[in-house]
Amino acid sequence: MRTVIKHGRIVDPANKLDKVADLFIEKGRIVGIGKGPVGFTPEQVIEARNRIVCPGLVDLSARLREPGQEYKATIASETAAAASGGITSICCMPDTSPVIDTSAVTELIHQRARLANKAKVYCLGALTSGLEGKTLASMHALKLAGCVGVSNAYADIENTAVLRRALEYAATCNLVVHMFCEDGGLRNDGVIHEGMMSVRMGLPGIPETAETIAVSRVLLLIEQTATKLHFCRISSARSLDMIAQAKQQGLPVTADVAISHLYLTEIDLAEFNSLCHVRPPLRTTRDRDELRKALATGILDAICSDHQPHDEDAKAAPFGLTEPGASTLDVLLSLSLQLVQDKVLDLQTALAVLTIKPAKIAGIDAGHLAQGAAADVCIIDPELAWVAEKETLASAGKNCPFTGWEMTGKVTHTLLDGNIVFGNTS
Amino acid sequence: MTDSNIQLDKHGRLKHFLTIEGLDRSLLQDILNYAESFSGVGERAVKKVPLLRGKTIANLFFEPSTRTRTTFELAAKRLSADVLSLNIAYSATKKGESLLDTLRTLEAMHCDMFVVRHADSGAAHFIASHVAPGISVINGGDGRHAHPTQAMLDMFTIRRHKGDFAPLRVAIVGDILHSRVARSEIHALSILGVNEIRVIGPRTLVPKDIQTLGVHVYHDLDAGLHDADVIIVLRLQHERMCSALLPGEAEYFNLYGLTEKRLCLAKPDAIVMHPGPINRGVEIDSQVADGKRSVILQQVSHGIAVRMAVMAMTMGNLSNLDPETIDAHSH
Repeated sequence: MRTVIKHGRIVDPANKLDKVADLFIEKGRIVGIGKGPVGFTPEQVIEARNRIVCPGLVDLSARLREPGQEYKATIASETAAAASGGITSICCMPDTSPVIDTSAVTELIHQRARLANKAKVYCLGALTSGLEGKTLASMHALKLAGCVGVSNAYADIENTAVLRRALEYAATCNLVVHMFCEDGGLRNDGVIHEGMMSVRMGLPGIPETAETIAVSRVLLLIEQTATKLHFCRISSARSLDMIAQAKQQGLPVTADVAISHLYLTEIDLAEFNSLCHVRPPLRTTRDRDELRKALATGILDAICSDHQPHDEDAKAAPFGLTEPGASTLDVLLSLSLQLVQDKVLDLQTALAVLTIKPAKIAGIDAGHLAQGAAADVCIIDPELAWVAEKETLASAGKNCPFTGWEMTGKVTHTLLDGNIVFGNTS
Repeated sequence: MTDSNIQLDKHGRLKHFLTIEGLDRSLLQDILNYAESFSGVGERAVKKVPLLRGKTIANLFFEPSTRTRTTFELAAKRLSADVLSLNIAYSATKKGESLLDTLRTLEAMHCDMFVVRHADSGAAHFIASHVAPGISVINGGDGRHAHPTQAMLDMFTIRRHKGDFAPLRVAIVGDILHSRVARSEIHALSILGVNEIRVIGPRTLVPKDIQTLGVHVYHDLDAGLHDADVIIVLRLQHERMCSALLPGEAEYFNLYGLTEKRLCLAKPDAIVMHPGPINRGVEIDSQVADGKRSVILQQVSHGIAVRMAVMAMTMGNLSNLDPETIDAHSH
């Protein structure tokens, strides 16, 4: 199939590109920007005047719930939701059921994703067997099966010696460790940020130190182990200071933030709103503001959806008994564009932290529009105003805390390997 | 900051009673005034008024309680309502039924009001936001969040003894971190406009950022009791010793136990309160608990009057009634 996307404003942070031009696609790859190969006759024309044409988004973390929790969502339902949100590459965490600690589970997920053919799914393998924090997972086998990194997801590794060995072994396998930092003892039975709102609501708090102590523990270890470390879902300003310092020191670290944490704070928990029950917890307004700034200064490298679709029952209980997580594939792009409108980020940076930068962290060839690259492309109408509504969310998880929010900017087309996986064909 | 709108109907009248936070002073005063009128009912030969005749009230206790449950039951009976008390901790939920299912089942029995006690903060809010429109919900204590009727009976007791709230220094002593009673009292005292609210306890049991509620924090009991008009002693749960919050009961008593000697630091006419049940020799010395400053047993009887007031108000049966005329009306 030969496709041309005409008259769009091509924004490709990887190549510092921002110009109005045509984009030529053949056999699933980009074959030209501005001018096509000699004799190129398109079979399909997509008109993109006044629209932004950018690389398909790369999401460092979305739970697809398959295998194990198909009653919440499936790979097919969530990759379709991703496509409608302009996301073409997704990393999924290993805390599926069974855990991604064998080649078999990895292959199953990849196979289901290929079958659905709406977005590319990459697995993060387990760092420890069964995520139990006791013995090492077969990281090399996982890498051979296609895992692009390893992680212990939400599970704490209590024993620091085990953590150290796991980091050393991951470095041996040349795998990036995606580390969610939360000290289990300090978290204890906490469900929201320890502070003003936990006092008011009488909900057990998770202190900021649950994150900062875990971050510093990992930082001190990787000074010795030289492991490539990616900090997942940073939530506090104090952690940012430590990560900035580590970067200055030259340590191989990167970090991301979940989209919810760039908008919501502990204040949004009023009335025990369980849709705002997320992990790590929403922290203070100051933390949110510093997280936003850290994207502009480069302390944070990526925004991810941290998508966690749930069934209705998971959120229908007193706050502490509800399951954490928000459904965000539908709103990742629009909320990120809002940061541009609010002058928090310029368009190049906003798209860089959604495309090329996370692609580099995941070590995948994606997130850019160079000649010869896979034609994973997202076309955005930056003026289109819309309201997120529970009924019209593409994700099977309706637990989105942003329903009712007015947003500007929406995906009109998503192409995966040159095929339109979302939007009208013309 | 927990929005209390869900508690009020469109005319600003009490529909549910979930938390003190966000209510205004006149509403709290109404509760106290109605309770004052109801307090005579228990002393009469026929201890009943017909305000809630024909109504069905279900006490849903997802957590064990004797005192609160029985005073709610008595309050409902004195208002002539039919009462159903369910210890759900031992029945439905043990069989894996969800809270919503339990709720729907009870709704199908056409109850008019639920009094809810639950171990999880926000449970009463959750129930109030899911019940059928005609049903009122009263929070009988949810997790560490709120226990508004307890706070109001304490305010009632304070007003009986002290009259005016404005000049008062109130000290709340003990396990503030886990106490729904303390949280609700702090809101009530601050809305009623006392001079100063102090919380006193070890750093392990006083939550970070509690001063955002407008209280002064003391870790030294003697300093905190100085010139206090009202001392509220909180119950210390034994399980706090098991979770590295305190080394032991004896040490706690030495540091924070209220004794006759320490009581001398407060105003000479200071009153001593406790939400019960008391641990003698842990948070309070028997001499103080049984002493002339103690109003602990009065709190219990006031609890019935206050709960009658709140029940009648949320059921809308007092909206056209002057608090002064309840006695007359009931005869």
